[in-house]
Amino acid sequence: MARMKFLCDADRCIECNACVTACKNANEVPWGINRRRVVTINDGKPGERSVSMACMHCNDAPCAAVCPVDCFYTTADAVVLHNKDLCIGCGYCFYACPFGAPQYPKTTNFGSLGKMDKCTYCSGGPEEADGSAAEYAKYGANRMAEGKLPLCAEMCSTKSLLAGDGEMIASIYAERVKTRGYSSGVWGWNTAYQETINV
Amino acid sequence: MFDLSKVIAASRTLLAMTIIFGFLAIVPAHAQNPDRPPTPVTGFNPDKAEVHADEFKGGGPLVGHIVIPDQKAASLIQDNGRTWRDYRRGPLLWFVVATVPGVLVLLLLFRLIRGRVMIDGGLAHRLITRFGSFERFMHWLTAFSWLILALSGLNEIVGRRVLLPLVGNEMFTTLSTAGKYAHNFVAFPFMIGVVLMFFVWVRHNLPEMRDIDWFAQGGGLIGAGRPSAGKFNAGQKMVFWIVVLGGTGLSLTGLAMLFPFSVTDIAGMQLISVVHGGIALLMIAAMLGHIYIGTVGMEGAVEAMTTGDVDLNWAREHHDLWVEEVTAKSHPAE
Repeated sequence: MARMKFLCDADRCIECNACVTACKNANEVPWGINRRRVVTINDGKPGERSVSMACMHCNDAPCAAVCPVDCFYTTADAVVLHNKDLCIGCGYCFYACPFGAPQYPKTTNFGSLGKMDKCTYCSGGPEEADGSAAEYAKYGANRMAEGKLPLCAEMCSTKSLLAGDGEMIASIYAERVKTRGYSSGVWGWNTAYQETINV
Repeated sequence: MFDLSKVIAASRTLLAMTIIFGFLAIVPAHAQNPDRPPTPVTGFNPDKAEVHADEFKGGGPLVGHIVIPDQKAASLIQDNGRTWRDYRRGPLLWFVVATVPGVLVLLLLFRLIRGRVMIDGGLAHRLITRFGSFERFMHWLTAFSWLILALSGLNEIVGRRVLLPLVGNEMFTTLSTAGKYAHNFVAFPFMIGVVLMFFVWVRHNLPEMRDIDWFAQGGGLIGAGRPSAGKFNAGQKMVFWIVVLGGTGLSLTGLAMLFPFSVTDIAGMQLISVVHGGIALLMIAAMLGHIYIGTVGMEGAVEAMTTGDVDLNWAREHHDLWVEEVTAKSHPAE
């Protein structure tokens, strides 16, 4: 089975935020919630780098390990998903997540943060039938069930953001590094997958 | 003299060379010779390791610039999340084992070795008022709030391993949701209780020289001695300060978590949650001892906080100076 990953080639990211917009539109993400975002390091200075970041679907996912109600699960494609019916909105997954992926409809813990929402790798959710209206309302699109990759990566104009089987996108990135002569760092790979791509 | 044709020829050569060199300049070096390795591009093309490398070394948040309003999202990567995870599923669980079942086992051993602490002189069947209704109210306000907070707090740490397998996912989520609301709202009566107890009891809980003697004699718990004590003995003073200082620490860290990210960033929130849990577990351990010795562990003790009236012999054995003080006040002629 494929091990799905995201890879952002920071040398190519032009901070256009199309991935953010594509994600919001594909999943009807509520106002105030960003399943994906673009962070710019050294903004306006020499060596500026922009990185598109969402849930990286980690190995041994920290969110799943700290969840008090054990509402996370990993799919056969190694995508980390959670069950919103079980989530109690405690906010622990946000403390544990190295990538700031978990999002909440409310901003204070007082009473409740609401059900956590995060990138599903466009894989929908756990219970409802694939592609059903109920699944869409809770978790967003289920493109994976249709044999499609996440829309953010599919729509990336510079092909900076890659989605797909880890080995395949790693080889695409390695090819680029060889061609252009320098790497741009596979941001988050070491943290999420305890590996990096050496070219 | 002036040969126009030579000038034109020279101009042509110059133009041709310009075009050729210009073309060469825009063709990538490796396109001309596929066998030659690509020329490394020099200049500043930073890798992850080179960007903010110093800030990132500690595992703390690597923060950049973001165009959405949620400034928490500006943290790109924070490796500390994984450390926090490892703490929660490793040391923290052992900390719980040590402070809850561990302390219960110690209390059981104490019971088996020492037995129940009895009143040496037996019951006098004469009562003396130890705690008035307001003192008992603030004690139980704090105590019941604390109990709800302790149980719902422990559930957040170990419920997934202890309660979830017993009741199933859906029931556990229902209970944990209730527990979370309870934890958030019952925190306030607890804080009020701690503040009240501080102001009402602090004058009886200031350290004195005789407290050292109380500890030296094992507090009457270990050994047969009955050390002198005022309204509160040295052990109770310890309980008082554990509640006041621990309660203050829990309140401050708890408020910071009720309004997450209002006072600090992600690294701060992680630290606050560790401190909150640590103080809470130490306090649970101390309170288990307090509950034991205040109820089943000692004859004549629990009445102090239920009816408020204790047996005179119990009072004389545990709080002799306080009895003298009270009787001197109520019977000045004697």
